[in-house]
Amino acid sequence: MTSAEKYVTAAYLVVLAVVLAYIVIYAFKLSRLEREVSELAELAKRRKDAA
Amino acid sequence: MPNSRAVALAAAAAGLLLVGITLAFYWVPNAPLEGFRQRIFYIHVPIALTAYACFFWAAWKALRLLWTRDQRYDLESYTAVHMGVIFGILTLVTGSIWARTSWGVWWSWGERQLVLFLVLFLFYSAYFMLRFSVDPGPRRASMSAVYALFGVVLIPVSFLAIRLAEGLIHPVVFDRDVGSNLAGSQLLTFLICFAGMLALAGSLYTNELTGKRIDDRLSELREALS
Repeated sequence: MTSAEKYVTAAYLVVLAVVLAYIVIYAFKLSRLEREVSELAELAKRRKDAA
Repeated sequence: MPNSRAVALAAAAAGLLLVGITLAFYWVPNAPLEGFRQRIFYIHVPIALTAYACFFWAAWKALRLLWTRDQRYDLESYTAVHMGVIFGILTLVTGSIWARTSWGVWWSWGERQLVLFLVLFLFYSAYFMLRFSVDPGPRRASMSAVYALFGVVLIPVSFLAIRLAEGLIHPVVFDRDVGSNLAGSQLLTFLICFAGMLALAGSLYTNELTGKRIDDRLSELREALS
């Protein structure tokens, strides 16, 4: 593999890595949202039971 | 925005980028002067143009906010800036890799195109500091919108800097003589990669916007229940 080929491959891999990193971050965000929805649903249920 | 549009954009991005990158590596000929390293062009330039498109989109949404006072445009403008900054980082990184292989340095402060893009990137990065230093509400939305609108002025300056600069070392492909700068196969591959990158940005924007809207609604719900 020539030096130019290494750099070109690196450029494309960097883009792929950033997109994959974004997907991982977004997956964490989705799990946080899911947890918050569960907490709010639980809170709403407790309110309803107390009323 | 309907969820089916996000799925369609993601599928289009995956398909177009797969085809575009395959063509870039296996179909287009080596450029006479640049050789194999010219293949960075098919990812670097579409990413840079997509970053500009995101900032334009952010400014358009900011203008709509200031014009109509409809607060939903605030989140749309913010999301577009968010996407623009991500594509801006990728532009700087892929550009640096190309500079290293072509010029032998990772960065050149003497190159106006690079420095102006960095200024544009830092300007939009500071958008987040402004936004999160003000309490949520109409005031923050207006301030963010005005800032996003100011930033868009830098885009034509950044884009034209390469054409106005003297002693160029950054290559110019899209000038009045684009036909002789790019062969048909190169132009086609570039256009496929550009369409793929725009679809990718659209897909990320749609998903990010949906996430931010859900986040906002959950906050409202939390306040209502507390």
